[in-house]
Amino acid sequence: MTRPAQTLAEKLCARAAGQESVEAGKIVTVSVDLAMIHDSGGPRRVAPMLQELGVSVWDPDRIVLVSDHYVPAVDSGTAEILNFTRKWARENGVTAFHDMQGICHVVLPERGHLKPGLFVVGGDSHSTTGGAFGAFMIGIGATEMAGVLATGEIWIKVPPTVRLEWRGALGPGVVAKDMMLAMCAALGMDVGNYKAIEFGGSAVDALDMEARMTLSNMAAELGGKVGLVAPDENTIEWLSAHGVAVESDWLRWRSDDDSLLEARHVFDADVLMPQVAAPHSPANADDVLSFRGTMFHQAYIGACTGAKLTDLHMAAEVLRGRTISNDVRLLVAPASTRTTAAAAADGTLAILTEAGAIMMPSGCGACAGYGAGVLAEGEVCLSSTARNFKGRMGHPTSQVYLASPYTVAASAVAGKIADPREFLLEIAA
Amino acid sequence: MSDARAWCFGDDVDTDILAPGLYMKGGIESLAAHCLETLDPDFAADLQPGDIIVAGCNFGMGSSREQAVMALNHLNVGAVVAESFARIFFRNAINLALPVVTCAEARSIAPGDRLCLDPARGVLENRTQHRVLACEPIPAHLLVMIADGGLLPHLKKKLKARVA
Repeated sequence: MTRPAQTLAEKLCARAAGQESVEAGKIVTVSVDLAMIHDSGGPRRVAPMLQELGVSVWDPDRIVLVSDHYVPAVDSGTAEILNFTRKWARENGVTAFHDMQGICHVVLPERGHLKPGLFVVGGDSHSTTGGAFGAFMIGIGATEMAGVLATGEIWIKVPPTVRLEWRGALGPGVVAKDMMLAMCAALGMDVGNYKAIEFGGSAVDALDMEARMTLSNMAAELGGKVGLVAPDENTIEWLSAHGVAVESDWLRWRSDDDSLLEARHVFDADVLMPQVAAPHSPANADDVLSFRGTMFHQAYIGACTGAKLTDLHMAAEVLRGRTISNDVRLLVAPASTRTTAAAAADGTLAILTEAGAIMMPSGCGACAGYGAGVLAEGEVCLSSTARNFKGRMGHPTSQVYLASPYTVAASAVAGKIADPREFLLEIAA
Repeated sequence: MSDARAWCFGDDVDTDILAPGLYMKGGIESLAAHCLETLDPDFAADLQPGDIIVAGCNFGMGSSREQAVMALNHLNVGAVVAESFARIFFRNAINLALPVVTCAEARSIAPGDRLCLDPARGVLENRTQHRVLACEPIPAHLLVMIADGGLLPHLKKKLKARVA
C-alpha cells in the first residue's frame, strides 16, 4: 500500500507519534523532542506540581529554560522569581538555561535548539514561532507542561491544515508584519483555531528567516496551533550559520502536492500597503493611510515579534540622520543580547540612539505589561509587538496600535502615525 | 449545577482581560480581583459562587497563561459556556477541571438568565427562557481526565499504575 498524501503537519505529528502516517482529526500520544519553559510559566509553576507527582524531570537535556519575562528584576518579588528559576535549573541539571539573554522565541533558534522535523512544546503562546524552521512547535499551559516534564509525552489531536498563500512580491517598506496584520483583518482571530497554519507562496519563499519568524509568531494571533513554513535553502543556510549540523533529509519536511487542505486563502503581495491595527485587536487592521495623523505618546519596538536584528535594521533605515519628534518617546528593546551585540557591531544601535531612541533590556518587558515601559491611564502606544488587547501594555484605559518597525520608526519621527514609504522614498531620491 | 446566574460577554475575550499582565507576578488572589475588569469593573466583586460565564467565539484567546483559568476557579466560576474556545485555554481549563462547554446557541442567553448545566451530558437548560440548549459532548479521553479531577490527579494515577 502506498502512503497517503500528507500535509506537513500530519508528517510531523506522525513522526512524533512513531507512526508511518496519521490523519487530521486523530488523537495521538506523541514523544516530545524538546520542551521550552520560561521564568513566568516555568519553574515557579511546575516545580510544586512535579513535587506533588513525586517525580523529577524526564530528561534535563531535552529542556530549554529561558528567563525573559521578569528581566531584569524590578522589585524583590520579580528578583525572587528569577532566583527560583536559577536554583531550579541547577537542581534539575538543566544546562540549556539562558538567563537574561533575550526572549525565548528568538533565543531558541539563535542558540541552535530548533531544526526541521522536531516536535516541540513551549510554555508560551507565541511558541508557534518555531514553525518558521519546520518544527511542530505548540504553546501549552503550565499544568500541561508539568505533565510533559514528568512523562516526555503529550496527547494531541492531529490538526487539519489551512494554507495561507502569498503570491507576487512585497513592495518597498512593506514587510511580514504587514502581511500578518492584513491576514488578521481578513480572516479573524480564530481562523486557525485547532488547526495547523501553513504559510507559502512566492512572497513567503522570498522572506528571510527572521521575517518568516514574524509570520509564524503571529500565527498565534490567527488562533493557530502551529504556524509552519516548509524548510528550504534559506532555512538550511540560516540554521547552519547558527551552529546546527545540517541533515540531509530536512527538505522532505513539506506538504505533499496532493495532500488534503481544509482551506486555502490566497493573498496578493503586490498590492499590500503598510498596515496598522487599531485598539484592541490585531484584526482591526487597515492600510496605514486610514490612520495617518493619529496621535500617540509612546512608540515601542520590542518583543519576540518586532525587535529582531532585521526589525532594528528597518527602524535604522528610517531613523538614519533623523530625530524623534519631541511629542513622543521611542523605546527600543532588542529581542536578545545577541541582537544587541550584532546591532552594536554593524552601527544600527548608534543610528537609533542618535535619533533619540531609549534603549531597553532584552525581554518581554512592556509588550506584556510585565516590565519597564508600561502605559499610564489614557496613554496611546504605537508598537511593533503582536498584541494590542485591552490593558495589555499597562493601565486598563491605555490603547495600543500595532504596526511594522518601519511604520513605528517613521511615526516616531513624525510624532503621529505616518506612512513609512514616504521616508524610504526620501532616502532613495 | 443548579440555577446559576449568567454573565454574558462577547467574542474574543482574551487572556489579558482574564489575567492582566500587571498582576501576574503576584498571587492568584490579586489577579482574580482584576479578572474581566476591563469589560465589567464589578465582575469579581459581584460574582456569586457557581455563576456561569457565557461568551461568543474564541473565548480565552491569546496567552498560554494558566492563570486565566486559575482566576476563574479562584472566583468559583461554575463553568464557561461559549460558542468556541481558543485551544490553549480549553486545554488549560480541562487540565484544571474548570468545566468548559461549547454551545452553538450561547448567544441566545441573556445576562442574569438562570442556567442549569450538566457538563458531562452536555445539556444546558435556560430556566429563565424555558429552553434547553444543545452543547457539544466532551471527548471521551477528556471525560476520563475530568473524572479524575484534572491532569495532575490523572497523571498521578497513571504513574502509579506504571510502577505497579
